Amino acid sequence: MIDSSAATKAADQAAVRSRRLRTAFAALGMLPVLLLLAVGFQFINPRFLTGTNLLIVTQQSSINIVLAAGMTFVILTGGIDLSVGSILAASAMVAVLVSLVPDWGMLGIPAAILLGLGFGIINGLLIAYIRLPPFIVTLGSLTAVRGVARLLGEDTTVFNPDLPFDFIGNGSLFGVPWLVIIALTVVVLSWLVLKRTVLGTWIYAVGGNAEAARLTGIKVPLVLLFVYGVSGLLAGLGGVMSAARLYAANGLQLGQSYELDAIAAVILGGTSFVGGVGSIWGTLIGGLIIAVLSNGLILAGVSDIWQYIIKGLVIIVAVALDRYRLQAGART
Amino acid sequence: MSAAAHVAPQRPVLEMRHISKTFGPVRALRDVSLTVNAGELHALMGENGAGKSTLMKVLSGAYRPDPGGEILIDGAPVATGDPIKARAHGIAVIYQELSLAPNLTVAQNIFLGNEPRRFGIVDRDQCNRRAKEIIERLGVSFSARALVSSLSLGERQLVEIARALSTSARIIVMDEPTTSLTSRETDRLFEVIATLKAQGIAIIYISHRMEEVYQLADRVSVLRDSGYVGTLERADLNASRLVSMMVGRDLSAFYKKDHRPPDSQRRVALSVRGMSDGGLLKDCSFDLYHGEVLALAGLVGSGRTELARLIFGADRRSTGELELDGKPIAIASPREALDAGIAYLTEDRKELGLFLDMSISDNINMGVLTRDARAGGFRDFANAERRAAKAIADLSIRTRSAQANAGSLSGGNQQKVLLARLLETEPKVVILDEPTRGVDVGAKSEIYRLIDSLAGRGIAILMISSELPEVIGVADRVLVMRDGTIAGEVTASEGRPLRQEEIMELATGAAQR
Repeated sequence: MIDSSAATKAADQAAVRSRRLRTAFAALGMLPVLLLLAVGFQFINPRFLTGTNLLIVTQQSSINIVLAAGMTFVILTGGIDLSVGSILAASAMVAVLVSLVPDWGMLGIPAAILLGLGFGIINGLLIAYIRLPPFIVTLGSLTAVRGVARLLGEDTTVFNPDLPFDFIGNGSLFGVPWLVIIALTVVVLSWLVLKRTVLGTWIYAVGGNAEAARLTGIKVPLVLLFVYGVSGLLAGLGGVMSAARLYAANGLQLGQSYELDAIAAVILGGTSFVGGVGSIWGTLIGGLIIAVLSNGLILAGVSDIWQYIIKGLVIIVAVALDRYRLQAGART
Repeated sequence: MSAAAHVAPQRPVLEMRHISKTFGPVRALRDVSLTVNAGELHALMGENGAGKSTLMKVLSGAYRPDPGGEILIDGAPVATGDPIKARAHGIAVIYQELSLAPNLTVAQNIFLGNEPRRFGIVDRDQCNRRAKEIIERLGVSFSARALVSSLSLGERQLVEIARALSTSARIIVMDEPTTSLTSRETDRLFEVIATLKAQGIAIIYISHRMEEVYQLADRVSVLRDSGYVGTLERADLNASRLVSMMVGRDLSAFYKKDHRPPDSQRRVALSVRGMSDGGLLKDCSFDLYHGEVLALAGLVGSGRTELARLIFGADRRSTGELELDGKPIAIASPREALDAGIAYLTEDRKELGLFLDMSISDNINMGVLTRDARAGGFRDFANAERRAAKAIADLSIRTRSAQANAGSLSGGNQQKVLLARLLETEPKVVILDEPTRGVDVGAKSEIYRLIDSLAGRGIAILMISSELPEVIGVADRVLVMRDGTIAGEVTASEGRPLRQEEIMELATGAAQR
C-alpha cells in the first residue's frame, strides 16, 4: 500500500514535471526565434546588443505587451478584442485632458484607466449577455471608440508639456524604465490570476469547452465580462503609458492597428486561437519578438515599406514552424 | 435469424498479419492478426483501450503499422498507411465520433469528397437522386435534402452508413453503430447488414453489446491489452467465455443491486410537477425518492434528456415546479441546481462534459473550486490534489497521474472523471444520462457498483438509459417516456421483477393498441 502510493506520487511528480516542461516548451517555444533574431541583427549591426539599445527595445515593446496581456485573457476564452487600439487612443486623450486640470493632474491616470475599463465592460456586456459574436462587437467598438477619441479633443492633438505623470513614460527606477516595470508587473499579475486563482481556471475552462463550463456551474457570462473588462482596463493603462511618453495624444492617429500587434504577440506566444490553451509567458516572448524585429530592421537600415513585409512574413513563418513542432510532439 | 442461416463463404477478403503499432514508448498493438471472409460479419470485441480502434485505424490507412506487419486484400499485399488507397481497395469506416458537416444536406454529406460531376461541376440532381436511393435502401424517413443539423443523433449515424454504402465498399467497419439508434432504426440497420452480407460485403463490427453480437456475428475476435486473444466461431459463442476473454477474469455479478429499495417509509427527494418546455415536453410529473434508483426509459427522441436538462436548469422551461425535500425551489441555471444539491451527468461527455486539454485533477475539481478557494480567490492546490488522488483511488480511474490531460484517458475512465466531479459537489439528487454509453465492460460494472453504493447512502438517482438489460439490472423503478410525456411506470414487487417487454410496450405505445 505504502509502496504503491509512493509509486503514484513519483508518477505524479514525473507527470507534473513533464507537464511543466511541456508548458514551458509551448510558452518558450518561440524563445529560440527571439534569440536567433537578436544574434542575426547583432551580425548586421553591432549596436543591436548594447545595453542602451536593449533598453529601447523593451521600452518600445512595453505598451504592446500590456495590450497583449489583456488580449491573452480574451483569446484564452476563444474570443478576440479588436478595439484595444481605439480604447488606448481615447484613454490617452482623457489622460492628457485631465492632466491639464490644475492641482488634480494626477487624476489623469485613474480617469484613463477607468475609461478603458468602461469600454471593456460595454464590450463584455454585449458579448456575454446579448451573446453577440466578439469579432462583431469589438469591430464595432474599434470604429465607435475611435470616433469618441477624436471627439474628446475636438479632433486635434492635445499637449501637456508639464505632464504630472511624465515619469511613467520617461523616468526610471534603479535604471529600469517605468514602462518596463509596468509591463512586467502586468505580466506577473496576469500569470497570478490565470494560473493561481479560481477565476483563472474558469477562464481556461470556458475557452476549452464553454457549454461544459456552464453545466459545471461556472457563470460563463461573468467570466467573459471579466476578460473583456481586463482587456479594456489594460488598454486604458496603455493609454496612460502612451500619453506619458509623448506628453500628448491624438485621437485620430494614436494606437492605430495596435490591436494587430497585440494579437500577433499572443499568437506568436503559442496561445490557441480557439481558446483554452496558452500562457502569458508566451505572450511576453511574442511581444519581444515583434519589438526586436522593428528595432533590428531599423538598425539594419531596412526601409519602412520592407519592414512591414518582413514583419508580416516572420509572424507567419514563426507560427507555421511552431505548429509543425507541436504536431510532431503530439504524435508521440 | 437470417444471420444464423447464412453460410459465409470461406474466402478471406482481408488478412491483417502481424500488425504492431507503437507510439513512442506506448505499444498500442502487439502482433495482431485478423482474417475476415467475404460476406461475413466479423465482430471485434474488447474493453476500451484494448486496441480495437487502433487496429481499425491501421486498416483504414490512418496509421502505418510497424515494419513486419502487412495487410492483404484478396490475397495480395496492399500499401499501408494510405487512407486514399485503402478507400480505393473498398475499405470504409463508420466512425464512432460522427464526422458529418452539420450545415450541409444529407446528400452533400453522403458524397462529400466524392461528388458526382457533370462537365466538372457537381451534379446536384444526380447527387440527390443517388442519395435518395441509398437512403431508401436503409429504409429511413428523412429526406436527402434535409440539413444534417436538423437530424437526430440516431439519424446522423444512418447518414454515415449511407456514406459508406455510396463508395461501393467491400469491407465496412462499423464502430458501435447502434449506440444512438432507436430499436426501429437498429432493426433496419440489421436488415441492411443482412443485405450487404448477401452481396458478399464483409463487415467488421465493433460493439460492446452482447445481444447484438449474438444476433449478428458469424465470428467474434477478441482483443485485450493491445494483443489478440482469440476468435470464436458462431457455434462456440457463449457469454461467460466471451466476457472472460475480454476482461481476463470472471465477471460473476455484472449488475449489482445490493441497496434496499425504499419501502413505505420512503421520503420524497425530488418532486417534479407539470414540466413543459413549450415544445416536445408536455406536463411531465413524477416523484423521486431518497435511496432509490429510478430509471427513465424510452426511445431516442422521446424527451428523456430534454426533461433531465430542464430539471437541471440547463434549458429554459415554460411551465413546471420543483420541490426538493418538500420545499419548493426555483432553478434557472445549472449553478442554482448544483447549489440546491442536484447534479447532472451529461450523455455527451466530450462535447458537454470534459475539458479535454485540462488535467484530470482540474476536471475533477472544477465543480468545487469556489468552495475550496482561499482568501482572494486563490486556489488551494494541495487540497485539489488530495481530492483528485482520492477520487482516482475510489473510482479506480486508470491513469499514470492526476496531472495527465483528461483527453488522454479511455472512454470509461473519462466517464469516471465526470462522475468524480459530480460526486465532489455532494449532491442529494443525481441525474445520470446514459452513464455507461461507450464504456467498456469492466468500467461498466464499476459504474453499476458506484450507482448502487450511492443509492445505499440515501442519494436519489434518476438514470436515463437506452439499454434495457441495464435498466432491469440496476433500477428499482422505471418511468417510461414517449413523445415528450411520461407514458407510464413499471415497478418491481415481491417475486415479480421488472420486465423488458412491459417497458417496450409503454415506450412504443404498443400497450394502448
